[in-house]
Amino acid sequence: MTALSILHLLPTPPMEMTEGKVYFHGKDLGLLSETEWQGLRGPQIGMVFQEPTSSLNPVIPVGDQITEVLRTHTHLSDGEINSKIVSLLGEVGLPDPPRIMRQYPHQLSGGMCQRVMIAMAVACGPALLIADEPTTALDVTVQTQILDLLFRMTEEHRLSVLFITHNLKIVRGHADRVAILYLGLVVEEGAPDAIFDHPQHPYTEGLLAALPEVSQKGKDLFNITGTVPTPYEALHGCAFANRCPRVEERCRLENPKLDELTKGHKARCFYPSKR
Amino acid sequence: MLLSVQKITKQFSVQRSLLGRPTAFVKAVDGVSIDVGAGEIVGVVGESGCGKSTLGRCAIGLYEPTEGAVFWDGLDIQKISEAKKKSIRRKFQMVFQNPYASLNPRQKIGDILREPLEVHGLLESSKRSGFVKELLDQVGLSKEDVDKYPHEFSGGQRQRIGLARAMACQPDLIVLDEPVSSLDVSVQASVLNLLSHMNRHRGIAYLFISHDLQVVGYLSQRLLVMYLGQVVEAGGTDEVLGNPRHPYTKVLLAASEGKGVKIEGEPPNPAQAPSGCPFHPRCAFAEERCRKERQPLLGNENGRKVACWKWDQL
Repeated sequence: MTALSILHLLPTPPMEMTEGKVYFHGKDLGLLSETEWQGLRGPQIGMVFQEPTSSLNPVIPVGDQITEVLRTHTHLSDGEINSKIVSLLGEVGLPDPPRIMRQYPHQLSGGMCQRVMIAMAVACGPALLIADEPTTALDVTVQTQILDLLFRMTEEHRLSVLFITHNLKIVRGHADRVAILYLGLVVEEGAPDAIFDHPQHPYTEGLLAALPEVSQKGKDLFNITGTVPTPYEALHGCAFANRCPRVEERCRLENPKLDELTKGHKARCFYPSKR
Repeated sequence: MLLSVQKITKQFSVQRSLLGRPTAFVKAVDGVSIDVGAGEIVGVVGESGCGKSTLGRCAIGLYEPTEGAVFWDGLDIQKISEAKKKSIRRKFQMVFQNPYASLNPRQKIGDILREPLEVHGLLESSKRSGFVKELLDQVGLSKEDVDKYPHEFSGGQRQRIGLARAMACQPDLIVLDEPVSSLDVSVQASVLNLLSHMNRHRGIAYLFISHDLQVVGYLSQRLLVMYLGQVVEAGGTDEVLGNPRHPYTKVLLAASEGKGVKIEGEPPNPAQAPSGCPFHPRCAFAEERCRKERQPLLGNENGRKVACWKWDQL
């Protein structure tokens, strides 16, 4: 949802970004016209979605879908576009690009479609890539390949990445900074090592302790009690209060702020862990 | 042995001739054997399309294997009478992957849980309602939930209902097909805890099927790693994960720990299985022999098995 609102992709109405601002290269994106948005999405910010097979158009060959992006945003000739696509598809590790270009999404596997999506996202040389659960729908071995590819591409193209995932392990290996979201709020933010080794917010602690691992065999897993309140419920105080093991009276009344505890490490909690 | 699956093969026809005769087959499971003893948890791991769900469905009698046999309590389920099968069937239950699709949306929870009791004629009808409430309590739901419909529950709660339904018949074994893969991390932990309690306190055995090696490793005492319908490695969980011998197991383990691993290609389509060892096109150590013939599953006396020509060199 955060990613979609950054990119101005929320269907309005019913949804609307009601408060706050998004800056990109110092420019307030809230002031952009629809045409200016067109110049931003694609050439400057690329996006990779969760379900590769359903985010591609099923009735258009994948080559034509990349062509559309390049034709909209660049002034390349047809011949140049063609050779650019061949080199892009090669770069994302697809065998025989001229053949792949003519194929429809259903003829490709999930992993291959995600490679096409990545090629499309970097086609116009953006500065920022937003990847929304890009490997969630894929098998583990394919998942590692796509992650490798994604992070190799970001290094080679000098891209910044906003990587959205529920998989904590991926985050630790690849991110420079991590923000943990709960019910629409950042509850903790910092360097991955700080967050994983010294989590401060009880929600982060719970998430980490709940991961099943072979080494935990025979022990009960930590279990965050209760369920996530629906966004419709009116909340007083801390959003996590109803599930928190450290909850105090104050948490149910006041809303904690995102405080900086140590340099670069912030948590939204009145009683962060003392470690 | 409570459950014994012996060298089963399951073929599906993927193409038919004009007259409806099958002309092309895909082997979803290819010569797999597996035993589950009373109170034991045996895990099956593999990627999508490796045949692990088909194996589970054959084991529980939902599919009839093309070759091989399935034994429940030592009885061949294809040879015994339907009446006899029904009486044993009570002891062998299943929980399905998708908790949104495996509960009838028009049935109340109480009716969903009462049905297996009626089918198997368990308990006097006057005692059933009380028992159903007890079941709900055991899986961590409220007794008032009997009058609710499935849509009123979250995914984790529905999976608990699925488990309660399987528990209703007081089974000896439950086949769990990816029971936690559609759940959030924190909900997943609570369902795994529940499963582990049921096993410890009631001695229910599980055949636990999952793509997640960490989940399987956490819960199971023994495990099988499957690739393209075949077992590539099997043994005690601690030995297999502590010292994996098959290159595919090594890759799966590293990937599940979030480590970067080098592996090429994607799981092949079972309809076009490669020659020789099914893993050779993606294996970093493949040599000429691997392309031509497959190493049969070799085992030692501890039940440790591996299907790789180079298992002692890697």
